[in-house]
Amino acid sequence: MLSGKVALVTGGSRGIGRAICLELAKQGAKIVVNYAGSQGAAEETVNGIKALGGDAIAVQGDVASYEDAEKMVAATVEAFGRIDILVNNAGITRDNLLMRMKEEDWDAVINTNLKGVFNCTKAVSRPMMKQRSGRIINITSVVGQIGNPGQANYVSAKAGVIGLTKSNAKELASRNITVNAIAPGYIETEMTDKLGDEIKTKLFEAIPLGRMGQPEDIANLVAFLGSDKAAYITGQIMNVDGGMVM
Amino acid sequence: MSTDIFARVTNIIVERLGVEEGQVKLESSFKEDLGADSLDVVELVMELEDEFDMEISDEDAEKINTVGDVVTYITSNK
Repeated sequence: MLSGKVALVTGGSRGIGRAICLELAKQGAKIVVNYAGSQGAAEETVNGIKALGGDAIAVQGDVASYEDAEKMVAATVEAFGRIDILVNNAGITRDNLLMRMKEEDWDAVINTNLKGVFNCTKAVSRPMMKQRSGRIINITSVVGQIGNPGQANYVSAKAGVIGLTKSNAKELASRNITVNAIAPGYIETEMTDKLGDEIKTKLFEAIPLGRMGQPEDIANLVAFLGSDKAAYITGQIMNVDGGMVM
Repeated sequence: MSTDIFARVTNIIVERLGVEEGQVKLESSFKEDLGADSLDVVELVMELEDEFDMEISDEDAEKINTVGDVVTYITSNK
């Protein structure tokens, strides 16, 4: 479905990002696995792709820095000659109640989760505009749609990504670049492992399908949105959440 | 020197905006006379950067309205 295409996945070393890298590679895309700190995990992802017979490199860079974002895109074009798909997946959490949330926790989450999407999208828009084609897929979250106590920073960033997705979709549509967002619900990753059993039981009650999702559930949709089959879809927010938000 | 620059700039404009060579004059405004939208102007600036191997800052790019602005900019920053 994606042979000949080149994808850059931010935060691709672990969790949902890793599953996205592996699925895009399975579909034939060449992958640039971006990571901020987990070099070992990024190399594992690259090795996983190579084991599938795919082609991949790992590139370090902090999406919160525009300079780093430009370097990642340049490294992608240098390694594989073009860039067809950008998956803005990199994200962090610094949860706390509003009253206890430190300014730096707010800033860190906004800078990575929201400004990071702006930075990478801006950096990639030049080569994509020249190619007259591109797919940008942003990973937001159901909490950006419904709110969540203890996550004022994360929720604000994810809600911001939804607005940014729509704005960028309108701006880039005339150049055949589509921009969509996926809103995962509760997906089994290291990020959600931290939740206590009590919270999990409560959560399941709010999920019609009654269970958590897997990273692959997200990756499958990314692969579809990145393919030519999704050419007429842009500016959309798609939930993969077991029916949590309807 | 600047006639050569004008010719190269004209080529890019003709190709990018699909206008006739005769329409491209120094006083032509990209948006009003040549039918460019703001994204077209951004793309033109990108191509000019490649063609003339230079970087045009966002601040300077925003001041570009006419073909003459481009030729003057390139001539004085080359």
